[in-house]
Amino acid sequence: MSHPMNSFAPPVEPRARFTDLLAAEWIKLRSLRSTYWVLALASLAAIAVNLNAVHTDLTYIDHAPPPPDGLPAYRYDPLFHGLGSIAGDLMAIAAGSLGAITVFGEYTTGLIRTTFAAVPDRRGVIAAKVVLIGGITALAGAVVSTGSFFATNAMLASRHVGLSITDEGCLRAVLGYAAIVPVCALIGMALGAVLRHATASIVSLVVLMFIMPLMFGGDRYRWLKEIGTHLPLSTVNRLTLNPNSSATMGKYAPSVLDAWVTMGVWAIVAVAVTVVLVRRRDV
Amino acid sequence: MTSSVVPVIEIERLTKRYGATTAVDQLTFTVRPGTVTGFLGPNGAGKSTTLRMILGLDTPTAGTVTVDGVPFASRPRGLRHVGALLDAGDVHGGRSARAHLSALARSNRIPDARVDEVLAEVGLGKAAGRRIGGYSLGMKQRLGIAGALLGDPPVLLFDEPLNGLDPEGVLWVRGLFRRLADEGRTVFVSSHMMAEMEHTADRLVVIGRGRLIADESLAEFAARDAATSVAVRSPELAALAEVLRSEGAEVQEVEPRFGIVTGLPAERIGELALRHGVVLHELAARTSSLESAFMSLTADSVEYLAGEAR
Repeated sequence: MSHPMNSFAPPVEPRARFTDLLAAEWIKLRSLRSTYWVLALASLAAIAVNLNAVHTDLTYIDHAPPPPDGLPAYRYDPLFHGLGSIAGDLMAIAAGSLGAITVFGEYTTGLIRTTFAAVPDRRGVIAAKVVLIGGITALAGAVVSTGSFFATNAMLASRHVGLSITDEGCLRAVLGYAAIVPVCALIGMALGAVLRHATASIVSLVVLMFIMPLMFGGDRYRWLKEIGTHLPLSTVNRLTLNPNSSATMGKYAPSVLDAWVTMGVWAIVAVAVTVVLVRRRDV
Repeated sequence: MTSSVVPVIEIERLTKRYGATTAVDQLTFTVRPGTVTGFLGPNGAGKSTTLRMILGLDTPTAGTVTVDGVPFASRPRGLRHVGALLDAGDVHGGRSARAHLSALARSNRIPDARVDEVLAEVGLGKAAGRRIGGYSLGMKQRLGIAGALLGDPPVLLFDEPLNGLDPEGVLWVRGLFRRLADEGRTVFVSSHMMAEMEHTADRLVVIGRGRLIADESLAEFAARDAATSVAVRSPELAALAEVLRSEGAEVQEVEPRFGIVTGLPAERIGELALRHGVVLHELAARTSSLESAFMSLTADSVEYLAGEAR
């Protein structure tokens, strides 16, 4: 038997580039139709929901009932209706699910072992996922937010209640309504990394997004309310609040800056949790 | 680069504990290039855990493991250094084989043309566009082998690669391993079936309950169970037994005309019978198989022992 020691040349390797990892993650995302369809369909549905909401409101604007005694005349709020919470929730759950799927999907299938055997630089892999998923959900958020704002206000222009992006609070609302989408995707990734289980990840996402705001409300106890206003989706409620409307967030309402910082902290903590857990744990 | 680089896997006092369970216990051995090294042990012996630690997927509790002198996890990209097939199921069933391999290749900056090369090499050229979820286990094994070959690496690891392969596939894989080793690569293949390794490996590393039991060539391993016996059938067994015992052999008289002799080779028994005019009806050397060597060696380290067959 031959033992040709040293006959095998040591591997010649090109320099490792982050863009290669990004391209690989793009191939992985692109080759699973169901995942990107979720985001594309949710985006279309979200715009449709906002347009429909404003469209049905046109009749009420045209035939506004007289205000009850002693109350000021009804003022239509294009931000509240045009950047609606139903469409916003839809985008939040779609982006959060997409984020969670891209992480727990690797674990539940076992693909993560193949991935890390090919790329031992785990931080690079997870960074590529964060950039890619953050990027495409940010794009989806921007399309839904600007699309909804400009289309609904164009519809309202003929009723002379439409707003311009330069009006007070409008740019902030559009930015906040878009920014929460990638933040939800990053939170989804973190939950996927913590739980590494499909059902558990999605259920915890729903609890954090939709159930917890119900539990931490009311103006009676300040600490309860403060927790509630610092939940992810509360930030977008604050940022899309029309400064010229009569609506408020009640007592102990956060400032605009508070809402932006809260959103940023959620994003940073989510990425940190994802990177640390994925790097440290055995797979 | 120096020419002294020899692609080896070096494992030293490697230990992995999960709570109170010790999966791998102070394991030390080296896997060398140019040979196919079999990694044998009963189910639950710690083979897969060891392979995962070689790849940096699991962190050892204690001890070290290096590939080519460095921990594998310290390399930014892996496919050009080590090709591995751990579990054929470690894929996403929703992707096509080509998409799966394309993503792997891209992450390591391997040209996409190489994907079609390895797909053709493992015989999946025609099925490359289909969802992996619809593949048979044998096809998934082939896909896993294709992934291991992508980077043309000097070190290859395979965990139970023959599972689910048809006879033609088994022959192909054996030929492939032989070729890879003859090219000077390090080929490390795990199995819980001795019979599979008998025709595949040159060397054997045998473990049981996480501990090293044997680390030697296939021939040395076979010689371990060299207490070979000879079956003798003769109408004059008692007379023959007396002669053989005087020559230092042990004779077990199983039946009046049938005995088992240990301590003398069959040739010598034949000569003695002739010299003493004893008629022989049967004289058969019983060399024990590698399988029985493996069984006797690992008998007291089997994790999940079945009850007596009833």
